[in-house]
Parts: sequence; structure tokens; C-alpha cells
Amino acid sequence: MADMLIAALLLVGAFFGLVGSWGLVRLPQAMQRLHAPTKATTLGVGGVLLASIAYFGWVRAEWSVHELLITLFLFLTAPLSALMLARAWLHRERERVHAALPRPAASGVDWGTFQPPPEESGSDGAEPRP
Amino acid sequence: MIEWAALVALAAFGLGVLLCAWRLWRGPDLVDRVMALDTMMVNVIALIVTWSIWQGSSVFFEAALFFAMIGFVSTVAFCRYVLRGLIIE
Repeated sequence: MADMLIAALLLVGAFFGLVGSWGLVRLPQAMQRLHAPTKATTLGVGGVLLASIAYFGWVRAEWSVHELLITLFLFLTAPLSALMLARAWLHRERERVHAALPRPAASGVDWGTFQPPPEESGSDGAEPRP
Repeated sequence: MIEWAALVALAAFGLGVLLCAWRLWRGPDLVDRVMALDTMMVNVIALIVTWSIWQGSSVFFEAALFFAMIGFVSTVAFCRYVLRGLIIE
């Protein structure tokens, strides 16, 4: 029973990891490619880490949750790195894609990442650059 | 059964690393290459964990944790380099 559960978790994790990597190759645009690794591959790694917890607990009889450290770290950092990649792509391809981007509802307001930073020292407490 | 599942998972994540390497080599933009490196790091973490299940020893755990940390920090550093042209101001 435990063997079947561990094997199923491993296979599900392998499937989602492969789907994420295949999507990275297969999808046509960069913003579409961003979806595959940040969602599917993270889920696949989560499945493999659950399989690792179950394997070392049931088969090796050494229960430990230190795989949850990797799970927590990956689930915290995957959205952040996806956000950074999207912002980097938007700024890099601004001249080419800015007209094609959907407009925000309020008139005269650009995308948040394209707006100039506030003049005085902002919310992060950084000094204004000279 | 676990050995077969681990072998299948090893093959899947190895193929995933190869697909990321293709995107890294081909990628039309610098951001695509950074994305491919990030996905490659995640695949390598899964590869290490699956390898430790297949071997039945947990000595590789620190390597997987190390890859998780270095992957995130390097992705943020690459994105900052793309955005600002320098990493530490």
C-alpha cells in the first residue's frame, strides 16, 4: 500500500515536471512560456518531495519533514521569480509590445511597472537617486 | 515498484533538463534563457530527490536545498541585471 502511494506520487510528480519542461519548449510566446515552469514544474517537484517524505518514513523508518523545507522554499520563491521574469521581459520588449498590451481600465494610467518611481523617498525607504 | 517509478521519474526529469537546455540554447530572448535556467534548477532539485529515493540514502538532501536557494538567488540576480544593467549598486 505504501509502495503504491510512493510510486504514484513519484509518477504524478514526474508527469507534471515533464509537462512543465515540455511547455517551456512548446509554447510560442515568452509570456505563455512563463506559465509552464512556474506552475507545472513546481507542482511536480512538490509531488516528488512528498514521495521522498513517504519513502523515508515508511520504508526506511526515519520520519523527517526536512523535505518540506524545500517545498516551502520553492512555493515561496516560484511566484517571485515569475514576477521578476515578467517584469524583466516587459521592460526589455517595451517598444515592441507596449501598443499590443491590454490597456488598464482607468484612462491615462499606464502599467504599474512602467510608471516612474515616486519622487520623495518611497515606501521602501530608499533615498532618491541624484 | 518504487524502483521502477523512480527510474521513470529520473528519465522524465532528465528529459526535462534536456528540454530546458534546448530552450537555453535556442531562446530568442535573454529572459527566455533566464527562465530556462530557473526551470533547469527546479528540475535538478527533483532529479536529486528522486536519485536519493532510488539510492535509498538521504545524504543528497543538502544538495537539493542548496540548489533551491542558489536557483532563486541567481534568477533574481539575472532579472536585476536585465532590468538595471548591474546587480549591486
